[in-house]
Amino acid sequence: MRAMPEVLGRRRRRDRGPTGLAALYPRGFWQGLAGPGLLWLVALFLVPFYAIVATATGRVDPIFGTALPEWNPLYWQPDAFGYVFHELAAPDGILRIVFLRTLRYVASAVVLCLVLGYPVAYYMSRLRGRARNTFLLLMVLPFWVSYLMRMLAWVNLLQRDGLVNRVLELTGILEPQRWLEGKSLTVILGLTYGYVPFLILPVFAALDRIDRHVVEAALDLGASPARTFVRVTLPLSRQGVLAGTAIITLPMFGDFYTAQLLGNLQTSMIGSLVNFYLQGSTLGSAQARGAALVVVLAAMVSLLTVYYLLSTARAAREAER
Amino acid sequence: MSPPGRDRLGRLRPDPWRRPRFLAVYAWLFVAWSVLPVLVAVLFSFNAGRSRSTWQGFSLRWYLFDPDLSVVHDPTLRGAVLQSLELAVLTMAVATPLGVALALGLARWRGRASQPANLLMLLPLVTPEIVLASGLFLAFVHLYRAVPFGTPAQLLGHVTWSIPYVVVVLRGRLFGLGREYEEAAMDLGAGPLEALRRVLLPLLAPAILAAFLIVFALSIDDFVTSQFLSSGEGTVTIPMLIYGTGRTGENPSLNAVATVMLVLTLGALALAGAALRSFSRRRGTRSSAAGELMRFEL
Repeated sequence: MRAMPEVLGRRRRRDRGPTGLAALYPRGFWQGLAGPGLLWLVALFLVPFYAIVATATGRVDPIFGTALPEWNPLYWQPDAFGYVFHELAAPDGILRIVFLRTLRYVASAVVLCLVLGYPVAYYMSRLRGRARNTFLLLMVLPFWVSYLMRMLAWVNLLQRDGLVNRVLELTGILEPQRWLEGKSLTVILGLTYGYVPFLILPVFAALDRIDRHVVEAALDLGASPARTFVRVTLPLSRQGVLAGTAIITLPMFGDFYTAQLLGNLQTSMIGSLVNFYLQGSTLGSAQARGAALVVVLAAMVSLLTVYYLLSTARAAREAER
Repeated sequence: MSPPGRDRLGRLRPDPWRRPRFLAVYAWLFVAWSVLPVLVAVLFSFNAGRSRSTWQGFSLRWYLFDPDLSVVHDPTLRGAVLQSLELAVLTMAVATPLGVALALGLARWRGRASQPANLLMLLPLVTPEIVLASGLFLAFVHLYRAVPFGTPAQLLGHVTWSIPYVVVVLRGRLFGLGREYEEAAMDLGAGPLEALRRVLLPLLAPAILAAFLIVFALSIDDFVTSQFLSSGEGTVTIPMLIYGTGRTGENPSLNAVATVMLVLTLGALALAGAALRSFSRRRGTRSSAAGELMRFEL
């Protein structure tokens, strides 16, 4: 396209860049804009993460008993990790008990979220027009009600003289229960209530993307509606189900407030221990153990994180196309 | 093989896209389950008596009139509302400009370092908050000792996880805009900064406003970061108060505080939704506020 160089002098200059626009901006213009935000994230996200590792591998000040982080990897101390792994491996280790409980709660709550949430997402994907918008709005609302307030709502309802027990008494389905005194079921239901909205939306998005013609083709080829669902709709929504599962599993592993508000010590989760070690004690050894526990927790969920990042990257690429 | 629209026995198949009635009942029950508990909590904040489960008549006692225990008169409750508001406003003011600049930079910057930069931006979004907050806590204890716990530390924490949200909100808009507007501005002789200020930023204004309000709402609702970086009394936010006294609270004043928080958040979001909607209407695409906020959440 160099037919009219005199006229299009400016345009020709732009053509040299990877995109026309790039050459119009001075070098480093966009990097300069991104700079402050990136610096912030380095200083207050990456460095603090390293501070966790350094504290976990540090020593205890012999005089003050406070934690002394070890910033140089050459001098890392394995004590705190040793403690964490020992307590995780010992049959009656406190960490093992709490850790297994956390796994049980999270797994149960995730399964419940899927069972309860998938049909709602499916229903929403079938709606059109005004009904769909109304329903979407109702689904998005709980997102924006503070998580703690939603738990407080259940604390009100589940008190001994709360509405749930009153309804039970009136209808006689069940004896009134002491819901808030260390019941695993209460905590699992609380987690489900808290996180299910975060699962529904990605599943809905995946179901909504399914081409209706594919479903109709399956039906036309003689598949029953049930078979069509199992062989076509369900596999096509897999991406959303996995993304949604990752989205709710990540924060659930760090959750300690649900178990605290809806249960007692008997229902505490791994996050409660982190909270306890880091916030409840000024002892250096406790801080190091807390930090080591956070590192172990982060390593565990990082697999999920990596998967989630890859799938969002893929989605972003598709959106850009 | 059965002909289209008929099953194997040749009977006419019902429309597969008819309204699923059984599912509808289930879905509305689900909505009731998800919304009613919160509504009950709000309702009992207007209870005239001390009970959080027996209705004793309507009153604003727990908001205004109780001389010791109402939100207005109890210093703990009032303090929590003020602390939450202060943090949210400051976070909004710091995180949004940083995030907008980062979004612009990341959207247009094509280079070897841009991919790691994108990853760094996304990481806080997928890190469990307890990890992020523990890290900040330990960094402030051992490294950035000049930062005092309390409002300053809480502010730095809130801004850290808010920045990626701002970027995500802005990015959707930036991809939609394309580069024609800037190119036109620069062909007409605008410099890069001028094109940014007079063309790109005005075009992004509704999304920026939405980002402001979303950050406000997220900050009001935050618990873990505020809790880990608090210095105790005086820096307790509303969610921290619920965490601390939710189980022992003996009257509905806590519900009243929670309701105040709810109204603040939903108000901010309604505004954000309206801003985004006015934007899409101007660009000739119809979409609902809920759709906009949902897309952002993904």
